[in-house]
Amino acid sequence: MARNSSLPITISQVTKTYGKVFALDHVDLHIKSSEFLTLLGPSGSGKTTLLTVLAGFTRPDGGSLKFGDTEMITVPPHKREVGMVFQNYALFPHMTVAANVAFPLKLRGVVGAESARRVERALEMVRLGGYGARGVDQLSGGQRQRVALARAMVFEPRIMLMDEPLSALDKQLREHMQIELRQLHEQLGMTTVYVTHDQREALTMSDRIAVIQGGRIMQLDTPRAIYERPANRFVAEFIGESTFVPVNVSSGHLLLAGQPLQTAEPLPADGQRLLMLRPERLRVLADGEDPGPGFNLLAATLAATVYQGDSSLLQVALPDGTRLHVRSASIGAATPTEPGRALRLALAVQDTVLLPPDGAAT
Amino acid sequence: MTDLPNAFALQRNALWERLGLASLIMPALLLIIITMLVPVCWLFYLSVLSDAGNFSLEHYQRMWEQPSYGRTFVNTFKVSLLTTGICILLGYPLAYFLSELPQRVANLCMVAVLLPLWTSLLVRTYAWLVLLQRKGLINNWGIELGMWDEPLALVHNLTGTLIGMVHVMLPFLVLPLYSAMRAIDRNYLRAAANLGAGPLRSFWLVFFPLALPGLSAGVLIVFILCLGFYVTPAVLGGGKVIMVSSRIANDIEIFFNWGAASALGVVLLLLTALLIFGAMRLTRVGSVLSDRAAS
Repeated sequence: MARNSSLPITISQVTKTYGKVFALDHVDLHIKSSEFLTLLGPSGSGKTTLLTVLAGFTRPDGGSLKFGDTEMITVPPHKREVGMVFQNYALFPHMTVAANVAFPLKLRGVVGAESARRVERALEMVRLGGYGARGVDQLSGGQRQRVALARAMVFEPRIMLMDEPLSALDKQLREHMQIELRQLHEQLGMTTVYVTHDQREALTMSDRIAVIQGGRIMQLDTPRAIYERPANRFVAEFIGESTFVPVNVSSGHLLLAGQPLQTAEPLPADGQRLLMLRPERLRVLADGEDPGPGFNLLAATLAATVYQGDSSLLQVALPDGTRLHVRSASIGAATPTEPGRALRLALAVQDTVLLPPDGAAT
Repeated sequence: MTDLPNAFALQRNALWERLGLASLIMPALLLIIITMLVPVCWLFYLSVLSDAGNFSLEHYQRMWEQPSYGRTFVNTFKVSLLTTGICILLGYPLAYFLSELPQRVANLCMVAVLLPLWTSLLVRTYAWLVLLQRKGLINNWGIELGMWDEPLALVHNLTGTLIGMVHVMLPFLVLPLYSAMRAIDRNYLRAAANLGAGPLRSFWLVFFPLALPGLSAGVLIVFILCLGFYVTPAVLGGGKVIMVSSRIANDIEIFFNWGAASALGVVLLLLTALLIFGAMRLTRVGSVLSDRAAS
């Protein structure tokens, strides 16, 4: 299949209310040509509503949606020319695999040998060559997912929408398909909007992630920036583990339990802030070890150790009683286990991230 | 295997469980044997007895030789086909509409669809007679409103028979059709639209085939019920619409000829059975009644 030309998507002011509840609250979003963008959020956040607005299944109250330079908001779904993979695949149960994949071609007047050739090529792309004659109910979940993908790609749409396409698969298959989807995207290059509530999936696959909550985009950035520099507590909590400690910034100093901390970013104005601490970014120092410059040091005592296979989770207490989690890899220096033992923790300056305090406008 | 501990006791338990399950159907089975199987066998037996009481195929022979019998069968099939056809025309859009409503509203509407079944068939049929006759409500209003000048012949003919029969049969078509339509995942239609199918093609290529088992079930039920329908054609047809059932009644009530009536019954039964069998082969109607209904 030739590399498709792809289209940028421009969403502006798109709003959808159900009663008085905003499913989408004046959403603005620009998706670049060929970009793999993930809409990430908990259920009910509006991410799926936004996707169905793109597909044309949900009629918003207002706003503008452009594919390239063409206004699409009033165009019915069957004229939008976007591919979509549904959460439950929505393969037609009364058709064979080949008939399912040929369906969009038939609607475009492509029949006979040309259709058969393109169907087989699409099936080969998802590594299901020769499965055409099978019934949909003879396929496993992973195979159905691939057929759905082949059907969405076969008419070479310039935009691809995916609604939690991997959520019905078991963990191993899901991780395998994540890589395959990503490779297909690189091969074909269509602009892709991917909906998921799985943060790891979003981090693995996306060029950029839009974290959505309450019908609004909380943060739009690369996976690394979203993880390492979350805009607020919601984003930080939704992606990865973290402990949040209320701290005070006063006259240019940041203190945590009486211990001074440095940050990579300039300190904000005086006042309450939240310090975000990722467990895996805190490291227990060996006795006498000096982490060198660029690290904050924290004195703490060990409260408990939980063995988790690939790592151990340490619960530690700061001198003022604040509890933190520290993730310690199982390899290397032995993980301390005796409760009450004094520890020194190292935290890189760039991992010392301050967030707006709870209750602040986001 | 039998040398395993408790193997015998476990096998005995399994047997009791199966027997217990089988005993649940005994009352129904007995009832069917007494009220269905025995009379049907009796019917067969009567149909091959001559008036004198000897074995003979004279009743079947007469049916074959007298063209009026053939006409009755053709008429019966014609009326049944027409009724079924009108039921489809009225019922399909109705079932579709209902299946698109929110569940609660749809349930209420289904009660309305089933409401006619709460009234006696006879009452409904005579009510139509009152409404449709020459000086009935409909003719009076039509003339008073100037829609037509002469009373229309709405009853004691095919028109009246069809009106009455469609009214009785419609719920039997809507019910299975509605549940089949309701079971269709609307994501199939979204997928069809997304892949480029406009409303019409999405209906023909996706919705119609998926609802087909429900339609076949409804059509079959309605058609078979029509074939043996007696009361409504007899009352509203006014003797002009002769169905097999009316002839059977005549044979018994007027001619006291049980043999002829039985032979008619047997032929109707066989034709109906043939029809069901053919329909089962042609469509997947059997699947509606079993596992595929949900998918």
